[in-house]
Amino acid sequence: MDSTVNLLCTRERLGETVTELRATPVPEGQIVGDTFVPAEGCIVATGWETFSYQFGTLGTELWGETKTVFASAASALPSIAIYILVILACMFIYRAVKSGLTKTADYTSLKTVTFGDESAVRSDLPASILSIVLIFIIWGSFTGSALLPGFLHLPAPFVGESSFTYTLEDADGNRDDAEVFIRVIPAGAAASDMVFDPGAGLAKNDGAEIGIYRSDNILWDSNDDVTRRANGARIVAINGAEFDYAFGTDGAGRAPSFNVGFARVAITDRGSINVVPDQGWQMQPLYLPAPEVVWTRFIEIAKYGYQNVYLTVHLGFSLFRVIVGFLLGAAVGIPLGYAMGLSNWFRGWFDPIVEFMRPVPPLALIPLVIIWFGIGEVGKIFLLFLAALWIMAIAARSGVSGVRITKVHAAYSLGASRWQILRHVIIPNSLPEIFTGARVAMGVCWGTVVAAELVAAEEGIGKMITTASKFQNTDIILLGVIIIGLVGFGIDMLMRWAERRLVPWKGKG
Amino acid sequence: MSSTTGLTIENLSMRFDLPNGGHVQALQGVSLDLKAGELLSVLGPSGCGKTTLLNIVAGFLAQTEGTLMLNGHEINGPDAERGMVFQAGALFEWMSVRDNVSFGPRMAGRKAKDYMGNVDHLLEVVGLQDFKEKMVYELSGGMQQRVALARCLANDPDVILMDEPLGALDALTREKMQSLVLKLWKETGKTIILITHSVEEALLLGERLIVMAPRPGRIHREYRLPFADMGVNADLREVKKHPDYAPTREEILNMIWDMEEEIMGTAGEEA
Repeated sequence: MDSTVNLLCTRERLGETVTELRATPVPEGQIVGDTFVPAEGCIVATGWETFSYQFGTLGTELWGETKTVFASAASALPSIAIYILVILACMFIYRAVKSGLTKTADYTSLKTVTFGDESAVRSDLPASILSIVLIFIIWGSFTGSALLPGFLHLPAPFVGESSFTYTLEDADGNRDDAEVFIRVIPAGAAASDMVFDPGAGLAKNDGAEIGIYRSDNILWDSNDDVTRRANGARIVAINGAEFDYAFGTDGAGRAPSFNVGFARVAITDRGSINVVPDQGWQMQPLYLPAPEVVWTRFIEIAKYGYQNVYLTVHLGFSLFRVIVGFLLGAAVGIPLGYAMGLSNWFRGWFDPIVEFMRPVPPLALIPLVIIWFGIGEVGKIFLLFLAALWIMAIAARSGVSGVRITKVHAAYSLGASRWQILRHVIIPNSLPEIFTGARVAMGVCWGTVVAAELVAAEEGIGKMITTASKFQNTDIILLGVIIIGLVGFGIDMLMRWAERRLVPWKGKG
Repeated sequence: MSSTTGLTIENLSMRFDLPNGGHVQALQGVSLDLKAGELLSVLGPSGCGKTTLLNIVAGFLAQTEGTLMLNGHEINGPDAERGMVFQAGALFEWMSVRDNVSFGPRMAGRKAKDYMGNVDHLLEVVGLQDFKEKMVYELSGGMQQRVALARCLANDPDVILMDEPLGALDALTREKMQSLVLKLWKETGKTIILITHSVEEALLLGERLIVMAPRPGRIHREYRLPFADMGVNADLREVKKHPDYAPTREEILNMIWDMEEEIMGTAGEEA
């Protein structure tokens, strides 16, 4: 019999007794409750035990995750608070300046009740401009952007040469000072030999070249007259600050460390010196490239492409998929919605399908679509077709149900046929709803195409991001995100413009 | 006038089931004979079946008993021979004023040169000759109702059914529109059924007036009134000074007041 049984096993782990639920296959020929003998320390779990264990562990896990999430959110609070304070400060400054200028005296500005009157709340253009500028300032100051004046930069990582001294003591108590020269070089810069005077005495000067954001262990005794191993030499002070530390013992966490200005210097358990140059407050280019870097990349990719595919091709493929998928979805969805709005039979037929498919996000279908259609264009366009189909069907259906019955009655009384009523009353009356649906559908399609390309594609803006992430080209990832946002915004603006042009009677019925 | 012209309603009843197993008797035994060219106004408290009656005549609802005959044939579904004017919201806001008015003839497949003259004439009659190219949502409520009247007339129906056509207008506009309705009625000679909540309007416009009673909806009382004829091309305010006007108004108001009290158990403010 090929079956599986849940076992409740108790065992020791790190001195603790833990109980686990394990699904175990039942060996051929054995019967649970009869010939089947569970492993040592295990019993066959009852249905209730299986159930309560699963929910118990689920609860524990989710509680742990909740704590992590809230801790992360709490750690972000100070930054958010500073951001809000800056914005509020700008608001007060702006209002103070504005109150000194001549006031506009249009109707809305004369309203005294604005708190609670939504129509009196207008988007303040300076606030919008400030919002965008502030994002770039934050971006620039965290990346040390050349576009920003230096005083706006957060502390940068240390680059250049500096030194600190250490004091050596050998087994006989003889002491000598020596200097360690450190040169921190920018990422990608060519390494060069360090030339320095070794000096005299027991301890000789040392030197090390460290890449930015990296650290190094200085083996100070490699050139000294006395060494740790042979002479029991050890370091007793850094920059004159003495310390007492028993090397080689289990003193984890107690090794002394010093701030020498440009770096953090720590003595390791084995007596070597670990140097971590100051990393500043800025983000590494790998995590967040500066705005001008992204811009340069944009120019480069626009001119020469990325990985042999031009930006226009990436963008063109993504837009092609969205437009074809959307048009197909609309071409099927709108008639479907009309049929559902006009006929009992079609309403009954498609309601279960539409209502079931509507909450399924198209992204969840990506694996299935890849299995069915492969990674070619057909699959992706099918996915976008599905994304647009239900939205457009529902928009058309609610467009039909939004037709005032008096209009239909009036048209019948004026002698119009069913077909004429569809053509001259129902379709024009539902166009505003269909346009709203089309805006939503285009937004969803644009989001879906990027996600589909992230999973599987030859080209496309999402594919560009995936490729860039494999090569850690953060600038291109960021560029892709910006392009996706701008194009999505542009599509919506275009749809709004078309709506204003084509259905000026929206909301006027 | 032969006996086959005009609208004949015989023993009309309307009864429909409710989901909870009960039923509503919206109309019971309504009989009415309307000659061609008559203007009938229908009054009654809310729920007396006025609108149901109009919807049955228009062909939007099927009666459960009785017959309706118009010009010798039975009424079966909506038709261009019975035009409707609604309270509001029945204009096509995606069309210009002219396209709204010419909708009927266009749908009938007639050539533009055959009907455009009439459309322009009607727009002039209702005083909208300067607004032909405007979209209907750019017009005021009173102007929109004038478009609705013109649209109905452009289709040249035998009967015009008006469902509180002036109900959404302000008092002043309403008075002007009442004169317009009377003028159009006299000029075109159409048979008109007009449903209204306003006793004054029913008195001023109705050559005949029926007061309906609720539960079940039925004709309670019928009047023949001289005021509509007096009001054609005259000042309606002068008509109201006629010695019969005020007593008739009071009588009908009391009648409806009593019905409303019976329904709600409280006094309504206006019949």
